[in-house]
Amino acid sequence: MGQKTLGPVRRSFAPWLDPQAKPLIRFENVTKRFGDFVAVDDLSIDIYEREFFALLGPSGCGKTTLLRMLAGFETPTEGRILLDGKDVSRVPPYRRPVNMMFQSYALFPHMSVEANIAFGLKQDGMPKADIAARVEEMLKLVKLEQFAKRRPHQLSGGQRQRVALARSLAKRPRVLLLDEPLGALDKKLREATQFELTDLQQELGMTFVIVTHDQEEAMTVADRIAVMDHGKMVQVATPSEIYEQPASRYVADFIGDINMIEGRIEASGEGRTRFRSEALGLTADVLDATPIGVGETSWLAIRPEKVSVSHEPPADTSVNAVEGEVWDIGYLGDVSIYHVRLAGGKTIKATRANVTRLIERPITWDDKVWLSWSPDAALVLAA
Amino acid sequence: MSDISESAGHKANPLRWLVVAIPYLWLLVFFLAPFFIVFKISLSQVAIAMPPYVPAFDLAAGISRFFADLKELTFSNYLWLTEDALYWKSYLSSVGIALVSTLILLAIGFPVAYGMARSPKAWRPTLLMLVILPFWTSFLIRVYAWIGILKKEGLLNQFLLWVGAINEPLTIINTNTAVYIGIVYSYLPFMILPLYASLEKLDETLLEAASDLGCPPTKAFWLITFPLALPGVIAGSFLCFIPIVGEFVIPDLLGGSETMMIGKTLWSEFFNNRDWPVSSAVAVLLLLILVVPIVVFQNSQMKAMEAGK
Ligand SMILES: Nc1ncnc2c1ncn2[C@@H]1O[C@H](COP(=O)(O)OP(=O)(O)O)[C@@H](O)[C@H]1O
Ligand SMILES: [Mg+2]
Repeated sequence: MGQKTLGPVRRSFAPWLDPQAKPLIRFENVTKRFGDFVAVDDLSIDIYEREFFALLGPSGCGKTTLLRMLAGFETPTEGRILLDGKDVSRVPPYRRPVNMMFQSYALFPHMSVEANIAFGLKQDGMPKADIAARVEEMLKLVKLEQFAKRRPHQLSGGQRQRVALARSLAKRPRVLLLDEPLGALDKKLREATQFELTDLQQELGMTFVIVTHDQEEAMTVADRIAVMDHGKMVQVATPSEIYEQPASRYVADFIGDINMIEGRIEASGEGRTRFRSEALGLTADVLDATPIGVGETSWLAIRPEKVSVSHEPPADTSVNAVEGEVWDIGYLGDVSIYHVRLAGGKTIKATRANVTRLIERPITWDDKVWLSWSPDAALVLAA
Repeated sequence: MSDISESAGHKANPLRWLVVAIPYLWLLVFFLAPFFIVFKISLSQVAIAMPPYVPAFDLAAGISRFFADLKELTFSNYLWLTEDALYWKSYLSSVGIALVSTLILLAIGFPVAYGMARSPKAWRPTLLMLVILPFWTSFLIRVYAWIGILKKEGLLNQFLLWVGAINEPLTIINTNTAVYIGIVYSYLPFMILPLYASLEKLDETLLEAASDLGCPPTKAFWLITFPLALPGVIAGSFLCFIPIVGEFVIPDLLGGSETMMIGKTLWSEFFNNRDWPVSSAVAVLLLLILVVPIVVFQNSQMKAMEAGK
């Protein structure tokens, strides 16, 4: 895939681009089988120090299994896991400098919040005074000072989540593993906590590996996202690359909303590709060099927000355009989604920001409209 | 909708009172009334009569006679119990045997219950069934069977001789060892079941969390598993300890002359000496002794319920 610069990345932190950089965690051709079932399939990734790394994929694709291998609860059937260059595949969990925040929080019900946070420190034989200081620091970090003496069952879901976070951070692990840490929280609290997590990670300078099936969550918190499918890694890239340059139809479909049009490559060269769909009578230019050969089946992929809808055809002839009819309009408050039916029967989605409070729409049901997008808005995918 | 909830929630509902009253009535008729009779007998004097004690409280003899009888009741039997070392030695020995048996039961029951709770889910109903299975045979028959196993020419001695572990048959029957074997065998299900119930509820990710935080498995057992199984440990221990103190059948059938248990003393007082008043006093004291652990047990159950909420 041609690496394209995508404008300024959120942070100028990209050790994965540096060939000299040594990864903190390395999965080397790791396979995990449960009986005949392959949960993780010959997977390799490098995760760097101070990185916020997200494992994203649908339920059952092996994210938790991967995390549990890193924590030491499962041993790989094949392959190795290196931490700081040392093979830890067979090191028991209680000897790994890695801590995990469990999906169910797994707080000890018979211990106070304080004792839960102190548990890991006590195992290390830390002096009592230091433990007290660290616990206090952690309670402050997650804003639970006044709840120190409570038992977990006396806390709300959000507070329990923060105790779990504090407990897993207390030992200052090399790597913090988070398994769907925000899954049990409501939307508002979840969004707020996502930002708290990124702040925390920056502040502490730790490496975080988070598992989630929520693409928005992954995009919000992570430096890089690994998209998984049936135990395989399908793409590892920054959130914007994943969104703008998905490596496959699977990734494109999984992340956000996208229109996919089947067709063939008509011509390609000099960083441009001409795509043709006979069924829709559509020819489109794409500013993207593709390794797909001329005449081969491929898909034109374009995000709804990159398609504009208008009554008139675009004046600029370098812009791709196709005619259709408004079939349906979905009003989402901030944006409206236009479902436009093309001559070939295919429906294309286009979003328009609702910039005014007009109830009366300039473009409405059954209007004949032109859809247009510039050549650098779409991309061509092989499979 | 509203009328249903109103009738159910209304305080003056007679049905509701009945539901509350039934257990109390039960207690009154089948516990308090008999206890009162026993207590009254314990204050009487032994006599060669029918029933074998005086006063008899014959209501047909008139009300003045009734009050005269009332004056005859004394606590002399209780005094007698404190004077004769046999009684308090039996009490002490019963409590001692019950304590040791409960500890042995715990030591055997805990690993069994733990293994059951950690076995594959599909096996658990079968394992539970196997624990309860002995109840399908009469308790008495099972204790008798132990005589056949433990006696001099019994199965155990035959087996040990055959294996070559011993040259002389062991004397087990009619010793305290036989009593312990019988008690532990008979009460094991009562220990295993509450332990299993609390261990089965234990969330295994808690142990993973402990391990993740640097706690090796054996330590995690004492820091996580055991404290969380404590309600089961307490329930099982009391469920065994309380009835073992008053156990009669097992010491009578398997024990010997060295075996002193209050149940046995009570029986011989009642049937051999035909001294109903003294044996009643023994029974009343036994109950008072057991009230202490029962109250402790109830308190701990209440606490467990509050903590679990
Ligand atoms: N201990 C196990 N035994 C058998 N199958 C398992 C076990 N753990 C996970 N699996 C299977 O592996 C697959 C991946 O599980 P998991 O890693 O939990 O997925 P995810 O976290 O992505 O939802 C699932 O199909 C699950 O049923
Ligand atoms: Mg999972």
